[in-house]
Amino acid sequence: MFKRKDGMSRALVRRETIAGYLFMLPSLIFFLMFVIYPMFMCIYTSFFDSTMGRAEDIFIGFKNYIELFQDKIFLGALRNTLVIVLVSVPITCLFSLWVASAIYDMKGWACSLFRCIFYLPVVTGSVAVTVVWKWMFNNYYGIFNYVLKNLGIIEKNINWLGDPQYALGCIILILLTTSVGQPIVLYVSALSNVDQSLVEAAEVDGATRNQCFWRIKIPQIMPTTLYILVITTINSFQCFALIQLLTSGGPNHSTDTIMYYIYYTAFKLYRYGYGNAMGVILMLIIALLSAVQFKFAQTK
Amino acid sequence: MKTKSTGYRIFSTIVIIILAILFTFPLYWIITGSFKPAKEINAKSPTWWPQTWTLKNYQTLMSKQKAPLWEIEVPFSRYINEDGNPTVVSSGPTVPGAIRWLVNTVFMAVTAMILTCFTSALAGYALAKKRFIGRSIVFTLIVCAMALPKQVILIPLLREMSGLKLYNTIWAVIFPIVGWPFGVFLIKQFAEGVPSEVLEAATIDGASELRTFFQIVFPMIKPGVGALAIFTFINSWNDYFMQLIMLTSTRNLTISLGIAKLQGENATDFGLIMAGAAVAAVPIIIVFLVFQKYFTKGITMGAVKG
Repeated sequence: MFKRKDGMSRALVRRETIAGYLFMLPSLIFFLMFVIYPMFMCIYTSFFDSTMGRAEDIFIGFKNYIELFQDKIFLGALRNTLVIVLVSVPITCLFSLWVASAIYDMKGWACSLFRCIFYLPVVTGSVAVTVVWKWMFNNYYGIFNYVLKNLGIIEKNINWLGDPQYALGCIILILLTTSVGQPIVLYVSALSNVDQSLVEAAEVDGATRNQCFWRIKIPQIMPTTLYILVITTINSFQCFALIQLLTSGGPNHSTDTIMYYIYYTAFKLYRYGYGNAMGVILMLIIALLSAVQFKFAQTK
Repeated sequence: MKTKSTGYRIFSTIVIIILAILFTFPLYWIITGSFKPAKEINAKSPTWWPQTWTLKNYQTLMSKQKAPLWEIEVPFSRYINEDGNPTVVSSGPTVPGAIRWLVNTVFMAVTAMILTCFTSALAGYALAKKRFIGRSIVFTLIVCAMALPKQVILIPLLREMSGLKLYNTIWAVIFPIVGWPFGVFLIKQFAEGVPSEVLEAATIDGASELRTFFQIVFPMIKPGVGALAIFTFINSWNDYFMQLIMLTSTRNLTISLGIAKLQGENATDFGLIMAGAAVAAVPIIIVFLVFQKYFTKGITMGAVKG
């Protein structure tokens, strides 16, 4: 909260407050109108039966939520979303930590070159990345089937995206390539900020390379790890373009995620209230996970 | 660093190089694919390097859907006209849809960038340096909003935009980007480094608040604003989700959205789709490579005390 400094007169406080809010004003207008208000409306409308074309929304209390937990497609989407998050978040973190630790002490140009390359899929944009992977995974003309067949790993062409057994795995693979870029940049910068004198002191005391890494570097980059965990989790929950362009949630809703199902409910079924209820559930899950990650990181 | 053994070093370098090749491969495949004739694209055994180069995919892309190059509207005319359509004062020559989409995308990204930098610089400075009442409440609100997925608000946002008659205009994509508080957060981290003594000295010398901001604070936070600018530009260029829900008519599409629609209509013409993907990706990759340094800074700055 606001703390009044000694010697800060009431007039000065008033002046600072007025100036502060005037400086904040342009930003606050956009923030309140296009982030806070819709967020509030999302929660509010989730208690209504709100469908396109109907004049008025009808208040139905928790009915949307009750229906959600009996909706097989929603539960499937929830399961898929959790699978994507639980698989991709740890892999992303460990992979980017390893890549970062391998490149951060390379020569300057090599380090920035590799950092750049691992960031490329992010910059290329989700649409361009997705359409090229769709081609690479194609049943007949895809390079995946061609290479794997020539290597003798598979015998027949596999319909990667059309087979419920593989589709989700393919989505996770592509998601991984587009989500390690930012963590690598963050880890490289965190590792180069590690206090070198501590590492050297440990070496003098005869610590091995592994000990140095786990006992000294890891604790020092813990705040970065926490930040990466949170952003990667949010990113994985928001996985949408991949699903929409690759499989449209198919075959037979087997690759639906919550995000895609919200979109589907709003734009194919026009059930806004129901979609908003899903949005609220998603917000709750993410808030809960972020809180858990914070707690976990603090106790460590 | 003498800590790493040579053997491990060689091993990790080799693995990194292999991974780097795999990570560049999709981009390589987009660009070479866009120059391959249909015969090579639809061959059972793909060619690693185009045997014959062709521009046909790009020609097909440019022959699709025509739209005027630009349309300048009378501001706010859509609120005054009876039919709800804006009055167009000037429209450019008819060009291929893809060109118009590029124009839309550049306009969207540049406008979002300028608005975001302007609002965030002012607000970030105030949050860092002004001791105003309610400051910590505003800041907490901003941090909480950042942790929530912005996509869950799509339905209310959509209805709000139709209410404001902004649905299916580029502004419906721009405004939510500007509202997203990451920029404020970023600039706040940066503006904390501005020494308070300098600001006090300026006040004592009788400089007005705005003058202090533009002449003293802004030059000092310029690197932060630069990082935010490039960050916003690239992110809004690729913000497919918002574009998808807000834009519908052909002339209003962005390049990513246009390519996605193209893919929906010509699902198996991979050569054409790759040409579109190249047109969407290459400009933004060039921007990224040129401003790479600032961009990296933007990412790492956001994480400090995140």
